[in-house]
Amino acid sequence: MSIDKNQVKKVAKLSRISLDDSKLESLSKDLDSILNFVEQLNKLDTKKTEPLTSIVDKTLEPRSDKINDGKIKDQILKNSPDKNEEFFIVPKVIE
Amino acid sequence: MSDLNKKSLSEIVNLIKTKKISSLEITNHFIKNIEKGKKLNSFITTCFEESVKNAKNFDSKKNFDGLLSGVPLAVKDLFCTKNVKTTAGSKILENFIPTYESTVTNNLWSEGAILLGKLNCDEFAMGSSNETSYFGKTINPVGKDLVPGGSSGGSASALAANLTPATIGTDTGGSIRQPASFTGTVGLKPTYGLCSRWGIVAFASSLDQAGPMTKNVEDCALLLEAMSGYDQKDSTSINKKKENYSKNLSENIKGLKIGIPKEYRVENMPKEIDNLWKKGIDILKKSGAQIVDIVLPHTKYALPTYYIVAPAEASSNLARYDGVKYGYRSKKGKNLIEMYENTRGEGFGDEVKRRILIGTYVLSSGYYDAYYLKAQKVRKLIKNDFDECFKNVDAILTPSTPSSAFRIGEKTNDPISMYLNDIFTVPINLAGIPAISIPAGQDDQGHPLGLQLISKALDEQKILNIAFAMEKNIAFKQSLNRWWE
Repeated sequence: MSIDKNQVKKVAKLSRISLDDSKLESLSKDLDSILNFVEQLNKLDTKKTEPLTSIVDKTLEPRSDKINDGKIKDQILKNSPDKNEEFFIVPKVIE
Repeated sequence: MSDLNKKSLSEIVNLIKTKKISSLEITNHFIKNIEKGKKLNSFITTCFEESVKNAKNFDSKKNFDGLLSGVPLAVKDLFCTKNVKTTAGSKILENFIPTYESTVTNNLWSEGAILLGKLNCDEFAMGSSNETSYFGKTINPVGKDLVPGGSSGGSASALAANLTPATIGTDTGGSIRQPASFTGTVGLKPTYGLCSRWGIVAFASSLDQAGPMTKNVEDCALLLEAMSGYDQKDSTSINKKKENYSKNLSENIKGLKIGIPKEYRVENMPKEIDNLWKKGIDILKKSGAQIVDIVLPHTKYALPTYYIVAPAEASSNLARYDGVKYGYRSKKGKNLIEMYENTRGEGFGDEVKRRILIGTYVLSSGYYDAYYLKAQKVRKLIKNDFDECFKNVDAILTPSTPSSAFRIGEKTNDPISMYLNDIFTVPINLAGIPAISIPAGQDDQGHPLGLQLISKALDEQKILNIAFAMEKNIAFKQSLNRWWE
């Protein structure tokens, strides 16, 4: 498998990253070489191998269903690049 | 006290506890060093006013109960620090001031330590040379034209140059051990789950671990003890009793079995790395350890596995940078989607974009099984290799890196050649086990080289002890002429 410029554009769209057309050529080359590199894995037969799903041998611990913080609206809004007293502000989404 | 630069973290703690020096004096000493060390570009943010205030506060109360009583420390800029800017080396977090403290740094302050500032790193910890930071590259104190390694490059540089008596970094594929090796310092990546990930800017959540970077093994044990521990806020945190690594440090390693994996003798490995490895083996034999040949057959598949798993997790983790809740927002874009795209296009650097795109690609419909699922299966095989070996050996000895520190700009044009740097460190993260890198010698240009000791999960005390015994025998010395001052 290899990746071409159109596919890179598509993946960039999925990733919500705007790309400069001038960089598309070199970026496609980089991504293609990385994908070629990782494709070595196809040499291995893994039909009988279970995938590793967690590196820590533990089950999630339940906790009581209680609010342990809250009332921190100001802290949450503090770092937003655009906000008012109550909300994050974003560009208009409904016409 | 003129020889403060020669003091280790443990010695400084003792000086403070025996009232031979005040926290303020030692804090001012490191502030002076940091101000004289600007050429290294190892700091992104300093907070001297706060540091001095905290030191004075410590001196007036003098509580010597903590493991790190009154000691000033700088930390990697990946740890969220309350009210102190935290950037992760990225433009997208250029003005981010956390309203909370990471668990690991909080543990340090609870033990009496004081924050000096935040250390440079590769953007979102993605890199092996500290050249991807938005805030500029960091220089290795070992040589003006050398990288300090990465991603904890600022941490390694500041430590080697004595701008901080010890520091902490994070290690996703070698980001503590490789820079430690490049700068002649000690770095340990703990067992996955030993140190809480809460409040650390996430890169690849199944691989990320915080760990200590220090001048010697004793300091490493002390700092690991201070920073580790169970945390309810991290669902993968291991719930177990805290260990006394520093108190239990012992150089008696008689009878321990140390494995030597033949797969780590890679093609084109420089002769001096091979010799270093042999030297390490000889020292272990002399100390009464038994050397055993072992096999880790899937070693060569570790890097390709890593470059699927890590970008996949990164692409998910970094989805949160959308210009809405915090961080940089682009002024361009007619609608919400365009605002997202421009924010991320302008806010992320090239390497971060590469990894998000690779991650998105391998997780996308139609490719998931071929890449991501395949990688998770190979990851299992790699972990099984280690599990099998640790039935017969106590620890494994390998080189830390396939070369000494390379030159600035040498590998920036070829991502794969940069990735190959982590060939000896990446398998350990995939298996979730601990490993320590200790300085073990120099190449013919006088650049430091490291050896790595690996153990099974939660056996940190064992590799610390072996490292402690080896350190005595190696007697590594590094004299830097402080050219940056």
